[in-house]
Amino acid sequence: MVINTNALRDVVVSIVGERGFKAIERSLLIFVVALAVWALIWQLDLTVNGLLVGSVYALGAVGLSLVYGNLHLPNIAHGDYMTLGAFVALFVFGTLVPEAWSQNSVGPFTFSYALFIALPIGVAFVAIFAVVVDQLVYRTMRRRGALPGVMALASLGVAIALRGFIQYIWGTEVEHFPRVSKKFFIWTVDLFHLQDVQVRVPPDMIFVAIAAIVLTLATYLFLNMTRWGKAMRAAADNEDLARVTGIDVERTNLLTWVIGGGMAAAAGILFATGQGQLLTISGWKLLIPLFAAVVAGGIGNPYGAFAGAIFVGVVGEVSTAWLEPSYKPAVFFAAIIVLLLVRPNGLFGQSRS
Amino acid sequence: MVEFEGIILHIGGLLVIAGIYAIINVGLNVHYGHTGLFNIGIAAFFALGAYTASILVMPPPNPDLYQRYEWGGNLAFTLGSERIGFDLWFPLVLIAAAAVCAAVAYLVGSITIRLRGDYLAITTLGLGETIRLVFTNEGWLADGTRGLNGIPRVMDGLVDPHWYDFVFLPLVLIVLVIVYFVSQRLAASPWGRVILAIRENEDTAEMVGKNVFQFKLQAFAYGAALMGIGGALYAFAKHSITPAAFEPFFATFIIWAMLILGGSGNHRGAILGAFVLWAVISSSQFLPGFLGDPNLRLAVIGLLIVVVLLVRPAGLIPETRTRT
Repeated sequence: MVINTNALRDVVVSIVGERGFKAIERSLLIFVVALAVWALIWQLDLTVNGLLVGSVYALGAVGLSLVYGNLHLPNIAHGDYMTLGAFVALFVFGTLVPEAWSQNSVGPFTFSYALFIALPIGVAFVAIFAVVVDQLVYRTMRRRGALPGVMALASLGVAIALRGFIQYIWGTEVEHFPRVSKKFFIWTVDLFHLQDVQVRVPPDMIFVAIAAIVLTLATYLFLNMTRWGKAMRAAADNEDLARVTGIDVERTNLLTWVIGGGMAAAAGILFATGQGQLLTISGWKLLIPLFAAVVAGGIGNPYGAFAGAIFVGVVGEVSTAWLEPSYKPAVFFAAIIVLLLVRPNGLFGQSRS
Repeated sequence: MVEFEGIILHIGGLLVIAGIYAIINVGLNVHYGHTGLFNIGIAAFFALGAYTASILVMPPPNPDLYQRYEWGGNLAFTLGSERIGFDLWFPLVLIAAAAVCAAVAYLVGSITIRLRGDYLAITTLGLGETIRLVFTNEGWLADGTRGLNGIPRVMDGLVDPHWYDFVFLPLVLIVLVIVYFVSQRLAASPWGRVILAIRENEDTAEMVGKNVFQFKLQAFAYGAALMGIGGALYAFAKHSITPAAFEPFFATFIIWAMLILGGSGNHRGAILGAFVLWAVISSSQFLPGFLGDPNLRLAVIGLLIVVVLLVRPAGLIPETRTRT
């Protein structure tokens, strides 16, 4: 897959020259590393929370990156798939699970074992939904040879329609999963005997972070160790070549949607659990950090997306030390622009041409 | 009789907003239909145009009414009918809104426009949110979430404020006609032919010696300027603006649906799409029961985009492709 992302680099090079670009790149890198170290130490509480928030982004970004890489579709509806998963879980909590269950929470967490019923149902529902939408909309467009832009536009339509239906069914009020209030974990860290920093962490976020790591690892194992996973990677790399070697590309596409949709649902449900609230626009609002994570990790690289999400999460949280928290989307936007400028193939990608 | 008056008023208001959407839609058509730039941050330029125009014409704020809002350009007074006999500020402010939007588009575009279409989509999405955040958070600029109220009107006092839409409507239509003819001329000009060539095949255009980057950048800035003009007219039509007015639904999604419905690549289609869709959307609130539900309307807008893309990708008025 050839992505012409070096164009931006050329713009800068044409202004400052090749050596100037190298110098800028190096000084930026040093600056970023210095900033990171400084932030890690002095904003320890924000850094820790950034790592946890980043793991939530990672849940969404891994699926988004997979679909982006395999189907060449920047799925604008991904955020709304997350919302759909969360609302299906809400439905399960409200109807299928006896209310008494919700009172017995697990260990230090706010949720009960009911989450482990709602989670797979939500994941399965959205996975099937994603496949159905693909069959109805994207497959037809793929056959017609539609451009990525037109496909993206269709996914915008899907996003709007989905949100409309969700709001029509559930309304636009703030919703909650059944939860039992729990104490935050609080650690006090003595920084070089200079300053005490209090790190406050909601227990649920630790669960979410572990879930994110497990799911990303599972995706890695699936893509690298199984026949189908290898077929998917082959189809993503060169569709025609894959077809010639006997891979059923339509089926790997469906598999991509099953995983992408399922991961989106898991992300939506765990995000709503971690946040303690659920809004119909929460998924849409996550789209900017998610795309920032995908760009940071290199498009189509799910493990890169994981690291990118952690990076974006930490940058977003630590930025609140200086900026209003409400400016976070602007920080992500700036991060996207800067990343595209200096590392167009992602933080860890090498240039492929 | 009252009901009849209500209908007339509804149609007047409808046509004003539809005309404004049509202007913005011509801008989007320049972006997507002609140049192939996938801009899902229309709201950015919509808001910038509206706020630029409003801040320039607002009188200096009364500290009793506004706690944080600090500066108004007062152009409506200094260049208004009270001072010089006619509202000179109106065309000037439209040009200023267009200029600010073009400048921002040029700046952002020079970083992102060379990227593949989907990258541009992501960055414009971010831009739309960021611009709205700035107007939400910076209270000194335009009073934050409460927004600006009592924005001066052009040719105020000509009729009862109740009927003002019918004074403003001809102005909107005049601007629309100018925008249409200029854009149409541009599309037929050598510049427009290069733009179309870039949309069809970028490499070929580059190969025959066209500076694709510059042409795309110019088209991006021009389209953004039209969106800014639309935004400025919107502020005067509504008489007040808040950041919430520039949420993606009304400021980006609807406009995309209008373009797809009308037929992208064709300014006439873009204008028709704006009028048809806005007539349906704004009138559907009178429908009984669930049909008038705003969330269902949102769903219908989304489905409309998908269905038109699947069933009639060329829209109501398909683009006429010239062969040479």
